[in-house]
Amino acid sequence: MTIEATPTHLRDEQGPFFGEFGGRFMPESLIAALDELSAAYDVAKADPEFHRELAELHRTYTGRPSIITEVPRFAEHAGGARILLKREDLNHTGSHKICNVLGQALIAKRIGKTRLIAETGAGQHGVATATAAALFGMECVVYMGEVDTERQALNVARMRLLGATVIPVTTGTRTLKDALNEAFRDWVANVENTHYLLGTVAGPHPFPVMVRDFVKVIGEEARQQVIDLTGALPDAVVACVGGGSNAIGIFHAFLDDPDVALHGFEAGGDGVDTLRHAASITMGRPGVLHGSRSIMLQDEDGQTVDSHSISAGLDYPGVGPEHAWLASIGRATYTPVTDAAAMQAFRLLCQTEGIIPAIESAHALAGAIELGRTLGEKATILVNLSGRGDKDVETAGAYFGVLDAGAGA
Amino acid sequence: MTGARVVESPVASAIEATRQNRAGALIGYLPVGFPTLDESVDAAVALVENGVDVLELGIPYSDPVMDGPVIQKATQASLDGGFRLRDAFTAVERIRARVDAPVLLMTYWNPVVQYGVGRFADDLVSAGGAGLITPDLTVDSGADWLAESDRTGLDRVFLAAPTSTDERLRLAVENSRGFVYTVSTMGTTGARAELGAAAETLVGRLRSVGSVRACVGIGVSTPEQIAEILGYADGAIVGSALVRALADDGVAGVARLTARLASGTAR
Repeated sequence: MTIEATPTHLRDEQGPFFGEFGGRFMPESLIAALDELSAAYDVAKADPEFHRELAELHRTYTGRPSIITEVPRFAEHAGGARILLKREDLNHTGSHKICNVLGQALIAKRIGKTRLIAETGAGQHGVATATAAALFGMECVVYMGEVDTERQALNVARMRLLGATVIPVTTGTRTLKDALNEAFRDWVANVENTHYLLGTVAGPHPFPVMVRDFVKVIGEEARQQVIDLTGALPDAVVACVGGGSNAIGIFHAFLDDPDVALHGFEAGGDGVDTLRHAASITMGRPGVLHGSRSIMLQDEDGQTVDSHSISAGLDYPGVGPEHAWLASIGRATYTPVTDAAAMQAFRLLCQTEGIIPAIESAHALAGAIELGRTLGEKATILVNLSGRGDKDVETAGAYFGVLDAGAGA
Repeated sequence: MTGARVVESPVASAIEATRQNRAGALIGYLPVGFPTLDESVDAAVALVENGVDVLELGIPYSDPVMDGPVIQKATQASLDGGFRLRDAFTAVERIRARVDAPVLLMTYWNPVVQYGVGRFADDLVSAGGAGLITPDLTVDSGADWLAESDRTGLDRVFLAAPTSTDERLRLAVENSRGFVYTVSTMGTTGARAELGAAAETLVGRLRSVGSVRACVGIGVSTPEQIAEILGYADGAIVGSALVRALADDGVAGVARLTARLASGTAR
C-alpha cells in the first residue's frame, strides 16, 4: 500500500530562501560559479537521463535501496517502542554521504570540471568524494581540520589510498568550519576547472537545495519501507544533526505528513550548560556563516564560537538553512544529546544488535531511546543510522578502555 | 578629464584629488587591533602621512574566506588579543582626529548583521568613517545595507571580479559609491609576483558599463605594480604587503614601505 502525503507543500521549497533563512552571501568572485552550478543543476533536475544515470549508480555502486532493520533488543531499552533503523551505514563508503557526492560529481562532469575539492569533518564526506573522484577519473583535494586528521587518522589514510590529496587545515579552530573556509579559498582561486563538492545542506544557494535533493532518497525509500513493514507511517523520524544532510535526507519525505514527528539531535558535547557543545539550533541565533543566513553559535559581535563534540562529523557551529526554517516554524524539533549519552547508545547498539554505529549516528540512537521512553511501546520510531562506526573504533575503544596496552600504537 | 564633476563622497573626493598631479590613488589596508589597538591606529596614521589617500581598515572576523595567510594570521592575532567590534569605531575616531584621509571599514557581513545594520551605520557616521567595503555581501543580497547607506550617506564599495558577467558588473558599478573594488585576479588576498592582464581587462569592462572610479586590489605589493595599475585604473589597493611590514618591522617599517609604494603613484 501507499499513503498519500497531505498537500501542505513544505516539500516544495526550492530556495534560495527557506523563510528568512538561506540566500547567498559570498565573494563576487564565486557568484559566477554558483550561477553556473544553479543553471546546470536545474537542467539536470529536468533531465530524465540524469536521474536514470544517478539511480543506476546507486543500484550498482552505492548499494541502494538501503535496507531497514528492526532492532527489538535495543528497543527494550527505549520504552519498548518499535525501532527501525534506516541502514545508510551499509552504503558503499560507509555513510549517507555517497548519495550527495555521486549526484554532485555527475553535475561536475556535466559542466566540464576536472577537479573536485571538499571539506570533511569525520572524513566520511572526504572519503566519499575521493571515491567519486577515483570512479570518474578526477583530481581530488580534501581539506580537513588538523584536529580532525588526528582523531580520524584512518579516514585520512582511506582518502590517500583512493588517490586524494588531504590537506590538514591549521587555521582558526582547525576543525570542520575552518576546512570549509579553506575549501572556499581554494575554489576562489581555481574555479575554472574545480567543483567544490560541499558535503552538507549548508553554504550558499544552490547547495542547500541541491544537496537536499540528492539525499532525500533516504526518506523516500524509508517512508515506503516502513509502510510496507508496519502498514502505517512511523510516529517519529529521528536523525543526528551537524550540518544536517542525513537529517534532511530522512526528514524530507515526511515533511507533509503532519502526524509524523521529526526530531533532530544535535551534539550536546559536555552539555549545553557548558561552552563545549555543537548544539547550533538549541543555543545559537540567526546570522550569516559560510554563505547563507541560518542559525549558528556566535558571540555578541558575530564571531563564530568554537564548537565541541566527540563526533568530528557533528563538530560544526552552524546548521543548514532548511533546518533553521523547520525549527522556526515548529515542523521539526531539535534537542541536544551529550557525548556521554551518545556513547552509551553507541555501546548499547553494539551489544544488543551487533551493529557498530558511527558516533554521529549514536546521537540519533540516544535521542531515540529517550523518545521511546516518552512515546511508549505503541510507537514506531524510524532512526537514520547515517554511518558505520569502523572509523570510530579507536575513539570508542579509548573511551571505553577496551584497547589493549600498545594495541593502539 | 573634463572639468569638475559633482562629488559627494569623501572617498570619491580623495581619489579625484589625486588626478591633479599624480597618476591615481593609493589605498592601504590594515586590520584593526593588530598588533594592538594603539599600534594599529599609529600604523594607519603612518600610512596616511606617507602617501596613502584612502584607508581601508579591516574588521577581524573568525571566518575570513576572502583572505590569504598573512591577513588571516594578523586578524586572528587581533581576535586572540581581545578585539571587540566597538574597537573599530574607536580606531576610526582616533585616526580621523589625527589625519584627514577618509576611512573605509572592510568587514565580512555577519558582524554587521549582529550589531544591527542601522546601528552600525549610525555609529560609523558618528566615528567619522566614510563607508564599508563588503567582501561577502553583493548588491543582490544587500538590500538592507543599500537602504542604510542611502539613509546615512555612507559610501559602499562592492567588488567586481574577472568572472562577473557584464550584468553583474553594471550592478556593482551602479550601486557602489566611492569606487568599485576591482579584484585583480582569482584568489584570496596576498602578494603576487606578477599581476596578469585580467585586471586591465576587467577595468576596461567596468568602464564600458559606466565606472568612473575603479581601484584594483588583491596581490598588489610593489611600486612598479602600482604604477602599472594606475596606467589604466584610478587607484591601487595594497593589503598583505603592509600587514607583513607591520608584523615584521613595526610602525616605522610600515611607514617606510608606504613611502616606497607611494612613489608608484607619481605621474
